[in-house]
Amino acid sequence: MASRSRVALVLRRTRISTAPSTNPLRPLSQIRWQSTATTEDAEGVAQGTTGTSKTIKFTSETYPEIKRDSKFAEITEDHVKFFKEFLGKEASVIDGVTKDATDDIEPFNGDWMRKYRGHTKLVLKPGSTQEVSKILKYCNDNMLAVVPQGGNTGLVGGSVPVFDEIVINMSRMNQIRSFDDVSGALVVDAGAILEVVDGYLAERGNIFPLDLGAKGSCQIGGNVATNAGGLRLLRYGSLHGSVLGIEAVLPDGTIVDDLSKLRKNNTGYDLKQLFVGAEGTIGIITGVSILCPQRSKAVNVAFLGLESYEKVQQAFKAAKGQLSEILSAFELMDNQSQDLVQQVTKNKRPLESEHPFYCLIETSGSNSEHDNEKLQSFLEDVMEKEIVTDGVVAENETQVRNLWGWREGIPECLGHWGGVYKYDLSIPISELYSLVEETREKVAKAGLMGDTDEHPVVDVVGYGHMGDSNLHLNVATRRYDKKVEKELEPFVYEWISKRNGSISAEHGLGLAKKAFIGYSRSDTMIALMKQIKKLYDPKGIMNPYKYI
Amino acid sequence: MAALRILVPVKRVIDYAVKPRVNKAQTAIETSGVKHSMNPFDELSIEESVRIREKKSYPHGVDEIIAFSIGPPKSVDTLRTAMAMGADRSIFVETKEGEEVEPLAVGKVIRELVKREGINLVVCGKQSIDDDAGQTGQIVAGLMGWGAATQASKVSFGEKGVEVEKEVDGGTETVRSQLPMVITTDLRLNEPRYASLPNIMKAKKKKIDKISAEELGVSLERRLKTLKVIEPPPRQGGGKVDDVDGMIAKLKELGAI
Repeated sequence: MASRSRVALVLRRTRISTAPSTNPLRPLSQIRWQSTATTEDAEGVAQGTTGTSKTIKFTSETYPEIKRDSKFAEITEDHVKFFKEFLGKEASVIDGVTKDATDDIEPFNGDWMRKYRGHTKLVLKPGSTQEVSKILKYCNDNMLAVVPQGGNTGLVGGSVPVFDEIVINMSRMNQIRSFDDVSGALVVDAGAILEVVDGYLAERGNIFPLDLGAKGSCQIGGNVATNAGGLRLLRYGSLHGSVLGIEAVLPDGTIVDDLSKLRKNNTGYDLKQLFVGAEGTIGIITGVSILCPQRSKAVNVAFLGLESYEKVQQAFKAAKGQLSEILSAFELMDNQSQDLVQQVTKNKRPLESEHPFYCLIETSGSNSEHDNEKLQSFLEDVMEKEIVTDGVVAENETQVRNLWGWREGIPECLGHWGGVYKYDLSIPISELYSLVEETREKVAKAGLMGDTDEHPVVDVVGYGHMGDSNLHLNVATRRYDKKVEKELEPFVYEWISKRNGSISAEHGLGLAKKAFIGYSRSDTMIALMKQIKKLYDPKGIMNPYKYI
Repeated sequence: MAALRILVPVKRVIDYAVKPRVNKAQTAIETSGVKHSMNPFDELSIEESVRIREKKSYPHGVDEIIAFSIGPPKSVDTLRTAMAMGADRSIFVETKEGEEVEPLAVGKVIRELVKREGINLVVCGKQSIDDDAGQTGQIVAGLMGWGAATQASKVSFGEKGVEVEKEVDGGTETVRSQLPMVITTDLRLNEPRYASLPNIMKAKKKKIDKISAEELGVSLERRLKTLKVIEPPPRQGGGKVDDVDGMIAKLKELGAI
């Protein structure tokens, strides 16, 4: 038995020859993006993935129309002294005010996509809710703007400063506070890393109701603050449903202790919901209580090739009908996205021949034979009806992970050439893919797309959570170029608006989508949101220049 | 010269990505409710056999690839996978759930099948990852009086015989043998394919012949008794320090500096 793990490791190394992980002990180390970051060092991620962070343009240069709000005070040595005194430890304050700490601070200023970069000179890492409260009260009293930051894996520039906002990084608050294995209620610090928490739950037979590619770095607090969607939404629903309670700190230092473990609580306004998806604009989440379902014992994955988007829809309908309660993911990938993944990873494609579309279907249930039988008869059915052209079924865990790698690896691989324009959209399912086709045509017509260096665009690809009508339209580029942006915006947003879709299905608003909220929300809705913001953060110090 | 008749023994084992746990009575590994799949080395054996056929690397071709398994009823799934990957048919010797068969008995069963089916090449994994015995291939070769080329990382058919490369410390060792023979497979031999849907469906129509050990005249009686199974002691976790001072203090505390 002793050599078992060794065998598995060698296997993994031989089969997944491009695994970027330098740490062979991490079990999920194939091409999940950001897997090079160790789980202990979330804030190192930006550094790890933005090897050329020095070359990222400052957000203030990319968006010259955004001006620093003069109502905010400049950080002085006195401020730093105050923070150092009560946070105590050297490691809790990264001080670029009284000395040069550019290299230490850079990872907190830049995002992993190399798209946004701020000018902060001060990073604070509180270790408790009380410390967060003290920091915020002080900042509120002194008109110092702040940016709450989790794993900094966001996609809309919400977790990095624009100017000199103080970064409040939550990574030191990473404890699991309690877990009730009867009810499944888990209480964790906001800075706990998703994969670590999920590993903890796995040992106890439960599962975190959220999963996404960045799981090795992203933090629960950030997941909740951005209302992250991810790969398990189809099965376990949105965080608005699974979050039972929240502990948060308001800008004036008030600690909102609503860490309820109750499934039901119809007493008054459900205020915790305001913090879910508020992106740190009304307070900082410091703790989360969340309902964690039983982990499925049997997981099966099939990877299918289809010849048209018509067929994809038929397959989805058939999957819902025949797999019903065990269907846990239905992911769509177009051939272009798979091409790019292959170019980067050099892995062998799961299917021998190429198909215009691929679907990844995952089932999870409690009885592997029952699930297997269902999946087999579903697959036979779609093959016989010629809905699906070809497909493979994972025969073991490693194949399960490898097949998922072809879906989860897309975001990282697209960034290989330089940058990615990302659109995360909710679209009525029947028209989901037309947007990709139209965008591709538009970009090609403008002469921006090609194989050589003078073309900024590598390819336009579409993939996403078919099960949630959520499309990721991504434009992989060699460099960020205003010409490309002009082709894409407002074209994409207008297209979405016409179909009553959402311009941000799961990524949030941050800085990137702030200006475009009007395409998805009415003036009345936006006015109401602004009232909330004003009520909770009257001085406007929380994550300024973003959201609404 | 005759075409190849290949026998590939496969075993259903706990999936190699699953962490095995010892049962409460400390008599064996907990197997119920645990994901099982084909022993990874056996996947390589099937893949290699199918490639010999597809690439026509043996000049006289491949007549038949037969998958074989001995184990509890669910081993049928493993045989189906083998057939979905390209084996033509299967032979299955069923044992009771939880009954472990020792390599010698497996070897004797294989010997009988080799005789019955006119097999001239046995391709098997160098070991199964559950008991790690690593004996079956060699025992079969011994019982048959055949050559055994173990831990193959490359197999080729030349004019002078079958050439097998194996990775050894600091290089490669090449051995040559004549058919009939046994080859045991190692990790670098190939990358097993996924079972494709059309092939999975075809595999359902392929034949699995059931036969008992008695019919083959082989006794499965064990000669070894497992006294106790225990887990290795858990690794002592490391601690984390906040800064350089913390590290120095810790080192001093441990008497390292």
